[in-house]
Amino acid sequence: MNNFPDSLRFELGKHIETFVRWLDTNFSGLFDAISTSLLWVMVHMENLLIMIPWWSVILVVFVFGWRCASLVSGIVFSLLMILVGSFGYWDYTMMTLAIVLASVFISLLFGIPIGIAMAYKRTTEAIMKPILDAMQTMPSFVYLIPAMIFFGLGKVPAVIATIIYAIPPVIRLTNLAIRRVSKDMVEAAYSYGSSPMQVLTKVQLPQALPTIMTGINQTTMMALAMVVIASMIGAQGLGMEVLIAINRVDIARGFEAGLGIVILAIIMDRISQGIAKNSQVKE
Amino acid sequence: MTEKVKVENLTKIFGRNPKSVLMKVKQGVSKEKILKDTKHTVGIYDISLTVSEGEMFVIMGLSGSGKSTLIRCLNLLNKPTDGKIIVDGENIVDYSKQELRSFRQNKIAMVFQHFGLFSHKNVIENVQYGLEVKNTDKEERYEKAKQALANAGLAGWEEKMPHELSGGMQQRVGLARALATDPDILLMDEPFSALDPLIKRDMQLELMELQAKLKKTIIFITHDINEAFKIGDRVAVMKDGQIEQSGTPEEIIEKPKSDYIKDFVKDIDRSKVLQASNVMYKPSSIVSLKEGLKSAVNEMRSNGISSVFVVDSQRKLQGLVTIDDTVKAIKENKTLKDILIDKYHTTDPDTYLQDLIPKATESKYPLAVVDENNKLLGLISRVSVLSALV
Repeated sequence: MNNFPDSLRFELGKHIETFVRWLDTNFSGLFDAISTSLLWVMVHMENLLIMIPWWSVILVVFVFGWRCASLVSGIVFSLLMILVGSFGYWDYTMMTLAIVLASVFISLLFGIPIGIAMAYKRTTEAIMKPILDAMQTMPSFVYLIPAMIFFGLGKVPAVIATIIYAIPPVIRLTNLAIRRVSKDMVEAAYSYGSSPMQVLTKVQLPQALPTIMTGINQTTMMALAMVVIASMIGAQGLGMEVLIAINRVDIARGFEAGLGIVILAIIMDRISQGIAKNSQVKE
Repeated sequence: MTEKVKVENLTKIFGRNPKSVLMKVKQGVSKEKILKDTKHTVGIYDISLTVSEGEMFVIMGLSGSGKSTLIRCLNLLNKPTDGKIIVDGENIVDYSKQELRSFRQNKIAMVFQHFGLFSHKNVIENVQYGLEVKNTDKEERYEKAKQALANAGLAGWEEKMPHELSGGMQQRVGLARALATDPDILLMDEPFSALDPLIKRDMQLELMELQAKLKKTIIFITHDINEAFKIGDRVAVMKDGQIEQSGTPEEIIEKPKSDYIKDFVKDIDRSKVLQASNVMYKPSSIVSLKEGLKSAVNEMRSNGISSVFVVDSQRKLQGLVTIDDTVKAIKENKTLKDILIDKYHTTDPDTYLQDLIPKATESKYPLAVVDENNKLLGLISRVSVLSALV
């Protein structure tokens, strides 16, 4: 037997745990503040989606589908939404949608500036890359635990966990897109006396937009993939239904809720892809 | 002419810590050794030049000679490692960020080899860009851009996207964008290199016409020596990051400083560079109207020629007489004025040799070079045209 020597045992896990608990005791105010504001956003978004009549949501889906993809897509998407409603899952679908939209919104709010910062500074990129790798490969259950400790159960830790899981693509693609903007254009912009901010807003971001939109699309899809896992810490919605179905071995319920997620995914994917495509600039 | 841009001992070294390498360069260590030892590239070294106001100054060199590095130093897209760039008496290398922005917004503009157009903006928005960044108000911006576009020959194309335009037209947009801010100095980095030959020729001619109208100070980069000598008032030939020779095209052709320049000049089509004034000679004999037939005969006899040009008292060209006609006229009691013929060609001193070749070879009389007042400046014979070409 070639045992790894016990003397070299480094209990990183314990240290992390101590650190997490220390954070929780000393910064509970901060976490509460984050929690309260997130909850506020979530509750309002959820209420809005549930309050407005079901047909107006379908109308919005139809218009987006039509504009961003095609007329046929618009009609198909509307029919699919009606199908989900007919399963009796309208409210759950809207809850899921609220979590996804809130997560995506916050992901973009932080992800795009971080991506830009990475594109501008090599050191930022060097620091961020391994962090992003960790965020994407770390099993998502692992960060449910600290999320739960900091934010308790319910929607808020679900959104936080979803953001951690879904934010990497938009950061990576924003970074890539800004770096890929033709050097000629950037040079031309500077040669006319643009400030760095003007170069960013007038040249780099518009040029990078199609790639960033692809990042947004991926972030959206990953956020949706996370909802089932997030339901384990008490986020209500379609994911919770799937979880309950698993526990009860309820095939019918599981299939309907699962299909609901798939439909939501397809619609959000096609619409955001359509937006990405429409923002493409011809060379 | 007043001095517009003055470059003094300009050096640009690329790498992590250029200043540390500067001493080595000054001590004369070769570029190859510096690259090997320190991983720094010497772009240009110890360049000094002066460009006058309203001049078309062409910097010519092969790829890697540092010409693009040099032109990018002039608007500080490249920050020089050492040396001064003095524009209108101010050293722009010392400019603060704000001063530099204002300098770029108002005084200098650049046209790029690959156009550098913004593909997400339409033509008029591209042309407006320089005005947009300095917050010109919208209407003025639009008017100026429209005018610039018209100057560049693209009126009516405002709403097109760049990708809908051909290469030549895209570069016109580039030129219009540069002119829209009405800068004093125009930097042109191989603007026509990416265009096909016919379009290139048209653009060169148009640029020269435009320049005659606008009288900007233009610094033009090219690797094409024919282009350099065609459009440049003065040309600087660069090699290995330094200026090998500079001067007017004629000076360089007539007195190449080194074998390197000689090699270049060999390829050049001299007929496109040399002008009538470069090859004309002082007439060995001319006859004034007042002098009469007898002295015309004497002039021709003593110089061994069979025809002579006749001028008036202000040296204005009147015509040409042949020996046969003159002798006949003496017998028939006519005057010099009666036998003047006009079967010769005239030209102005700025005409290029290539345009003189047909005239010079088809006529049996020499070509008369006259100024705008018809004053005789010199003559060009068939021999002098052809011998200038070799």
